[in-house]
Amino acid sequence: MPRARRPAQPGRVVLTIVASLVFAFLMLPLVVVFPISVSSAAYLQFPPPGFSWQWYERFLDDPTWVESAIRSFKVALLCTALSMGLGVPLSFALVRSRLWGMRLADKLVAAPIIVPNIILSIAIYSLFSRLQLIGAWYGIAVAHTILALPFVVILVSAGLRTFDEAQEQAAMGLGASWGVAVWRITLPQLRPSLIAAGFLAFVTSFDELVIAMFLSGASMTLPKKMFDNIMLEIDPTIAAVSVMQIVLACICLGAAALFGRGVVPGAATK
Amino acid sequence: MDLTLRGVVRRFGAVTALAGVDLNVAEGELLTILGPSGSGKTTLLKIVAGFEFPDEGSVRLGATDVTMSPPRSRDVGMVFQNYALFPHLTVAQNVSFPLEMRHVPKAERQRRVAEALALVELAEYGERLPRQLSGGQQQRVALARAIVFNPRLLLLDEPFGALDRKLREVMQLEVRRLQRRLKLTTLFITHDQEEALILSDRIAVMNAGRIEQIGLPGDVYARPTTRFVADFVGESNLLEGTLLDAGAAEVPRFGRVALAADGAQPGTRATLLVRPEALRVGADAAGLANRATGRIVETVFLGLSVKLRMALEGGLELLARLPLRPSEPLPVAEGEEVPIGFSPEDVHVIAHGAR
Repeated sequence: MPRARRPAQPGRVVLTIVASLVFAFLMLPLVVVFPISVSSAAYLQFPPPGFSWQWYERFLDDPTWVESAIRSFKVALLCTALSMGLGVPLSFALVRSRLWGMRLADKLVAAPIIVPNIILSIAIYSLFSRLQLIGAWYGIAVAHTILALPFVVILVSAGLRTFDEAQEQAAMGLGASWGVAVWRITLPQLRPSLIAAGFLAFVTSFDELVIAMFLSGASMTLPKKMFDNIMLEIDPTIAAVSVMQIVLACICLGAAALFGRGVVPGAATK
Repeated sequence: MDLTLRGVVRRFGAVTALAGVDLNVAEGELLTILGPSGSGKTTLLKIVAGFEFPDEGSVRLGATDVTMSPPRSRDVGMVFQNYALFPHLTVAQNVSFPLEMRHVPKAERQRRVAEALALVELAEYGERLPRQLSGGQQQRVALARAIVFNPRLLLLDEPFGALDRKLREVMQLEVRRLQRRLKLTTLFITHDQEEALILSDRIAVMNAGRIEQIGLPGDVYARPTTRFVADFVGESNLLEGTLLDAGAAEVPRFGRVALAADGAQPGTRATLLVRPEALRVGADAAGLANRATGRIVETVFLGLSVKLRMALEGGLELLARLPLRPSEPLPVAEGEEVPIGFSPEDVHVIAHGAR
């Protein structure tokens, strides 16, 4: 059917141009990084002179790279578990409790975001060195939890604030204890917030460099290894690692979008 | 199972939400708590459900004292104002939830869920999600979920508020039939007096944290014991006056009103209640003991009847409601002067000082 085209409004045109520029600005690093990662040259050169998978092979063949990647995974997973395990109950306390001082506590939760990472790192370093946690992967995970916790609390408590508490009451009236009501009724409905929070906690830890530099010692995380690689022997391996990180992030985001789709409003109706 | 409240008091800081409530709901009875918002009816409901605990007094279900029991040990089925269906669970899962909480084996659970859904005529809808149902259907699911575990008491918290008028009437009758059939002891909370009159075995009218009157719907309507009840339930003409000795009262700006009832102390101040449908207008007013002349200020056509607002000579305003038949024209017009009257039998006396 023929449809009348609306005349292009100037505002709409400008918006499209600006949006395209911002998008290009965000995507540009990808456009550069991917070609370099498959470069045949032994140094960072753009555009690359030829194609090869050698830098991916080098990554997989070098145990220090693979070990640091595995270590980063372990650290990020533990950090996610810790910050969710602490952050979700903390969110309930902040949103539901009517105790004096909760409103202030609510604001203070964001403090670790404001404190410069380097200050935080030094403080944690001096504490952990006394506890002999320097170089232990779980030490880094604990330190990363401090960074990730605010994101978890902010996201989960936002979700909790929009949740209808009558649902929980209804469940309790129907025979559930409070714990069962939360587990069966509240948390499933907070799933989008929980998945987003978990993803953010994971990424916060997986990408983190400053704290890892102070705490990792000889057992490096992936960002630390990348940093050292740049300092010592600049070669396109780092581009290959970056591409793999980006792909991983995309997979995570895709999974989050798939499983975290608004459970309550807007889910597909039959 | 019967429900008994004794001297229930609940305070929130300086505010007394419930100022000593005594109440008994007999087994199988539907008792309505009727009151305006802020009268304490929601606090009462929460105390019965176990979401709030009283500062004083006791709550008994049958022979069990449940005053301080958590909600889950009370076996009370509740339909919430907005139904509070679980949006992430299907209709069948919603109805199954209270059975799961009671560790009913799976096969029996399925059978009872199917039964409950059939009872509310939603047998085909088990696999749907709540948001795929209409408001009336959602309410039926909420009802099925509240009765599937054979609760000792059913609580209905303004359950019809969100429905449009037609559907509301259908659902009211349906709930009534179901409640009778299952002989469910039911406590129904509402601010809608019409709804209360339709549904209830008995009505308890609440005001300012107290029960003002408790009785059959007909009694509460025809023989309110306080001015508040007379005003809140139904439409009313309330005349403030003083009782004279021989079955009469003196009402300022109206004159002497003949009463059928006597026995009250002469000199007592009293409120006289005359329901709008008891007022006679025009030729019908002739020969009645209480008469006056009024000017029609406003006529409101209501289909079945017409409502008249009339100004009397003394400045009082009265409300009358005349039955209509479709073929007849309106009997009176605005601005017209008409004789009005009412018989002594239609005057209900609320003597002040008496409760």
